[in-house]
Amino acid sequence: MLKIKNLHASVEGNEILKGIDLEINPGEKHAIMGPNGGGKSTLANVITGNDAYEVTEGEIIFEGENILELDPEERAQKGIFLSFQYPVEIPGVSVMNFMRTAINAIRKSKGEEDISGKELMALLKKNSALLGIDLKFLQRYLNEGFSGGEKKRNEIFQMAMLDPKLSILDETDSGLDIDALRIVADGVNKLHRSDNSALVITHYQRLLNYIVPDFVHVLVDGKIVKTGDKNLAIKLEDKGYDWLKLQEA
Amino acid sequence: MAKYTEEDLKKELETQEYEYGFYTDIESDTIAPGLNEDTVRLISKKKNEPAWLTEWRLDALEIWKKMKLPTWAHVNFKEPDYQAISYYSSPTKGAKYNSIDEVDPELLDTFKKLGISLEEQKRLAGVAVDIVMDSTSVATTFRKTLAEKGIIFCPISEAIQEHPDLVRKYLGTVVPKTDNFEAALNSAVFSDGSFCYIPKGVRCPMELSTYFRINQGGTGQFERTLLIADQDSYVSYLEGCTAPSRNENQFHAAVVELIALEGAEIKYSTVQNWYPGDKEGNGGVLNLVTKRGICEKNAKISWTQVETGSAVTWKYPSCILKGDNSVGEFYSIAVTNNHQQADTGTKMTHLGKNTRSTIISKGISAGYSQNSYRGEVSIGRNADNARNFTQCDSLLMGNNCGAHTFPYVELKNPTAQLEHEATTSKIGEDQIFYCNQRGIDEEKAIALIVNGFGKEVLKKLPMEFAIEAQKLLEISLEGSVG
Repeated sequence: MLKIKNLHASVEGNEILKGIDLEINPGEKHAIMGPNGGGKSTLANVITGNDAYEVTEGEIIFEGENILELDPEERAQKGIFLSFQYPVEIPGVSVMNFMRTAINAIRKSKGEEDISGKELMALLKKNSALLGIDLKFLQRYLNEGFSGGEKKRNEIFQMAMLDPKLSILDETDSGLDIDALRIVADGVNKLHRSDNSALVITHYQRLLNYIVPDFVHVLVDGKIVKTGDKNLAIKLEDKGYDWLKLQEA
Repeated sequence: MAKYTEEDLKKELETQEYEYGFYTDIESDTIAPGLNEDTVRLISKKKNEPAWLTEWRLDALEIWKKMKLPTWAHVNFKEPDYQAISYYSSPTKGAKYNSIDEVDPELLDTFKKLGISLEEQKRLAGVAVDIVMDSTSVATTFRKTLAEKGIIFCPISEAIQEHPDLVRKYLGTVVPKTDNFEAALNSAVFSDGSFCYIPKGVRCPMELSTYFRINQGGTGQFERTLLIADQDSYVSYLEGCTAPSRNENQFHAAVVELIALEGAEIKYSTVQNWYPGDKEGNGGVLNLVTKRGICEKNAKISWTQVETGSAVTWKYPSCILKGDNSVGEFYSIAVTNNHQQADTGTKMTHLGKNTRSTIISKGISAGYSQNSYRGEVSIGRNADNARNFTQCDSLLMGNNCGAHTFPYVELKNPTAQLEHEATTSKIGEDQIFYCNQRGIDEEKAIALIVNGFGKEVLKKLPMEFAIEAQKLLEISLEGSVG
């Protein structure tokens, strides 16, 4: 599904990613862990095409196509979704209206008709039930006055609505209490199928107790320094990132 | 009788036989440029006006001659040469084009984006219309329905002939000839405009729209609108049109007067999309308008405007809250792009007790434009317990435009409660990226954000108008990023 080869990227001239290789197949869940400043969020932004980041070398292949030249909306339309670490507010635009606009934009890119009111309503109901969201919530303006937990839940709700092939969850656990974390993780697990994939970016191992990854990669200083299974995450939690740095030396 | 809607009207027309032939091309009837006493007399004579009105116009001319164009507005433009303008042209112009193929394709493209039907496109662009939906027959049917309720809705020139007492009683009572330079000029030379009277206790069954006016041969340069809502009546009036008007007239000085008698309510909605000039700021309409309403006891006037056009807009729809418990509202979205300049806002004059006013102003600036809110809230000595809430929000796009707020308050009664809120924000890269990441492209993202920003005002517009206005905002800001 996703193949990243020798990816280098920089922000304002500072190289952050220094040669990343990563392959994600359909049905797989990958976790990226690592210390702050290691390049985890940069990787998410580069995959989704945020133009504040400059790719200086390497390739990102999504479903057989090099997507580096594509605009962010084109990547999204192809099925790449990012659950933001800090979701932005858009005053005056309800969650429902935002979802309708996004769904229709994606449909339009595929030459499909706009979603009907009935279909949209059915989808909204189904997915709000999945994430324990009150329908009234969907009338609220996007992220305006949302608590940290509501913002993250709303991100996963959008993920459910748009049904992407690849979901990137950037620090989805930050700012969540344990109950909210469980609901969000539950949602992610329920949405997981053999034909979609997830890339979970997290600082702590905690989230990975709920979203159990097939692979764990450790990103330090712009490089993946170690790859393993879920046990690697547990070990890291126990020993800290310094343990890896020592091993490297 | 069941509620008669515009939909019913359309149906009725479809089944109606073609009643009138289309305009035979009457000889162009335009007088030589220049402004003096003779011009005013000639205009009045051509319109077959009564002597009192001729004198009224002449008096206005004398007042105007002693006045100067004010300079306080935050706009820059070259003052028109008033002697180079022709002040009278027959309102029943013939068709400008014989076929739609002759019309500027860019204009047609915009029509298409607004979802305007082909026939309507022809009418708006000035193509000869030869179908049943000719505006003349539309207006006739429309007026018949209104007449049953005693509602008068006609060109003001016709009202002067047929309802001279009403016109004479109210004309210039809200915006006197002496009010300002543009209003004085308008009073001297006004060509045409709308007149509307809603009788006591009548609720106008449909949105009154200038669409349906007879002889709408393009928007007049010096329009005069007079709207009277008698006791306990209600009317919703729509002015303008979302379709771009490419009027050759560079200079517009209209006057609108609203009179809401005891217990009456007037809702006045405007969408203005006149030619803003090109991307470099050449050409475009100068739109200097005086709009004001007066509320008697328990009356309410609500102004809603979406302003996207004109090179220079200078406009302050205002309310004089004369009667006790009267209510004034002003909801505005003003969009400026490229080199447009807008100085717009309102004046709420509280005279009566327990009067309330609300001002919500949303300014959106892009390109190199300048967008100013200017508002005055004045509380008179006797206006016990008056209340005002003002909210001015500005949204900036890019680094070369400007947003300005000039709020004035005049307070003569200590029991008043005034609130003022103001915000300035910028469309963030992060907001756009967020939308992009959900599959929404940049232009659509901006439209979404801008419409969200203007939500409080848009929801005050009648439903159909609101949808058109949303599309209009989108089109007005096209190409403003990148």
